[in-house]
Amino acid sequence: MTFALVVEQILNGLQLGTMLFLMASGLTLVFGVMGLINLAHGSFYMAGAFVTATVTATTGNFWLGLLVGVLAAGVIGIVVELLVIRRLYDRGHLDQVLATFALILIFSEGTYMIYGSSPLFLSVPQELRGSLNLPFGISYSRYRMAIIGMGILVAIGLYLLISRTRLGMQIRAGENDREMIGALGVDIKTLYTLVFALGAALAGLAGSAIGALQSVRVGMGEPVLIMAFVVIVIGGIGSIKGALVGALLVGVVDTLGRIFMPLTLVTFMPPSQAMSIGSAISSMLIYIMMAAILAFRPHGLFGAK
Amino acid sequence: MKQSIKLGLGLAIAATMTVAQANEVRVGMITTLSGDGAHLGVDVRDGFMLAIEQSGNSDVNVIIRDDDQRPDLANSLSSEMVDREDVHVMTGLIWSNLAMAVIPSVTRQGIFYLSPNAGPSDLAGRMCHENYFNVAWQNDALHEAMGQYVRDQGYENPYILAPNYPAGTDALTGFKRYYDGELANETYTQLGQSDYAAEISQIRASGADSVFYFLPGGMGISFMNQYANSGADIPVFGPAFSFDEVIVGALGEAAEGVINTSQWAHDLENDTNEAFVAAFREEHGRTPTLYASQGYDTAKLLLSALEVAHPEDDPDAFREALRAADFASTRGEFRFGSNQHPIQDIYVREIVADGNGGFTNRLIGVAMEDHQDAYVGDCDL
Repeated sequence: MTFALVVEQILNGLQLGTMLFLMASGLTLVFGVMGLINLAHGSFYMAGAFVTATVTATTGNFWLGLLVGVLAAGVIGIVVELLVIRRLYDRGHLDQVLATFALILIFSEGTYMIYGSSPLFLSVPQELRGSLNLPFGISYSRYRMAIIGMGILVAIGLYLLISRTRLGMQIRAGENDREMIGALGVDIKTLYTLVFALGAALAGLAGSAIGALQSVRVGMGEPVLIMAFVVIVIGGIGSIKGALVGALLVGVVDTLGRIFMPLTLVTFMPPSQAMSIGSAISSMLIYIMMAAILAFRPHGLFGAK
Repeated sequence: MKQSIKLGLGLAIAATMTVAQANEVRVGMITTLSGDGAHLGVDVRDGFMLAIEQSGNSDVNVIIRDDDQRPDLANSLSSEMVDREDVHVMTGLIWSNLAMAVIPSVTRQGIFYLSPNAGPSDLAGRMCHENYFNVAWQNDALHEAMGQYVRDQGYENPYILAPNYPAGTDALTGFKRYYDGELANETYTQLGQSDYAAEISQIRASGADSVFYFLPGGMGISFMNQYANSGADIPVFGPAFSFDEVIVGALGEAAEGVINTSQWAHDLENDTNEAFVAAFREEHGRTPTLYASQGYDTAKLLLSALEVAHPEDDPDAFREALRAADFASTRGEFRFGSNQHPIQDIYVREIVADGNGGFTNRLIGVAMEDHQDAYVGDCDL
């Protein structure tokens, strides 16, 4: 186990973390501001990836595909908010879960009808292929490095948006007291639509970026959605800062656990057994961490109250 | 007058219905039609149904259900098939963890199971059953052939990788049965994992001279895509499951030149296979994968045994007819060993440009002839 390898694995963890952050920030904003549990968030991730793959395949330009993918996810977010989500704000969480679960099925089946069951292929743009040589003999994939960079930019952008702009002020006010902000004359309906679309676009960005690394297929959003929920529970629901810290924590713990858990076990049991037990434990690790954090901080790391 | 015509028509219809029901064979197909592994199940289904349609045998009634790659769902669907649909024969399962959850209980209830894919080692050995036939292969087969190939090519330090489920352990066990040298490392990943950054970093740092991986479906696309983009240049090898036509099509040039082992190839030269590949392309507009050939062979085997006996009226004669395997297989010659798993040739294929801007598998040789699984001795049949 060399130093370079450990650094590389930490970078892998950070890359997973930044991708989770893109998903979790939208999820936590929507939950914090509107009080809505949106299970269909993974569908925006999938929609972004599919649109990016289609546009890239027809135009041959990944960056154009990425842009269109993100915009399309945002637009789909607006449509879904206007048609369905808007009716759910005043209802209980069970109704929200049922309705947004139905949306997952509709999106999955719809995508299946359009694209079929074969996965689509999206390749990493030419300029980001190969790996980057860093000091101390570390080499790391350019594309994954770019995802980390993009995640940092989005985090800074969201921070500025929330703390420095009028829209951000309204979002923060909305988190604290929904009725009061409406009474003060803020157009709450438009605000909700905007926040929802922002969340959807961020999910679409994550899906498009990851689509180039993995296969673009129906149902790709759900596993990520589950991890994103873990992230917002750890970070504290409604907190962007919590989403960032939670996402990086989950990303690094999951990645390092997957590698080091079997390696630790291998010192005192046969390799094949160590491998299977180690990978079983490491897949539970983030949930164990979530339980431990909730035991000490029931509202998450940065949760209100 | 009108009334009597109606009545007569009604009687006639009722009469044909009872006749049809008497000879009807109900086949329950539980397979994976959605999610990451969807194209495997879709191809098994399409290959199977192609053979049924070509036969014109209207007595065969196939009931198809999607298991979503979930063992719990597969289990409840199989209860539905047995209790409510009253099936005589079952088929379709893709994944070995689902196969282990379903097959032992249905064969115990007197239903025939013809596996078009999953071939876990337990079902070939100590848990073999007279009503269970595997038409594809025992799980280890293609990996054993690759283990031998990698050793023969003079590689001395392969890094081997598979998902953590019964077929994954069978894969690495099979590889190691014929590759007896040093291993750089042996890694089990999550079933359905889509990001392999951590494993690829390990591979690059391990000093391995080759990589062998078994990652079927979307897992294979994700891994190879990320591997090629990471700048790693250690040569990769695998079974056909990691490099079927769908995966090769999705990977493009990232997979060019990769060697893989298969019990079948779309350019395998025999009349049955040429007709099958042409008919499948005609019907579905794509080149069949090995899964489609397995579905097709499974249906052919079923149809050949139905010529002899009905599975409910005379199960012993039906079973004997299955054992005889008297059908034209896409693999050329086909026969069962005593544990009712195939004894067959395993081929070597290479991924090449297909001349139309895409990539495809090309048959380049035979890895093993008349290969039989290692578990036949544990089976009491």
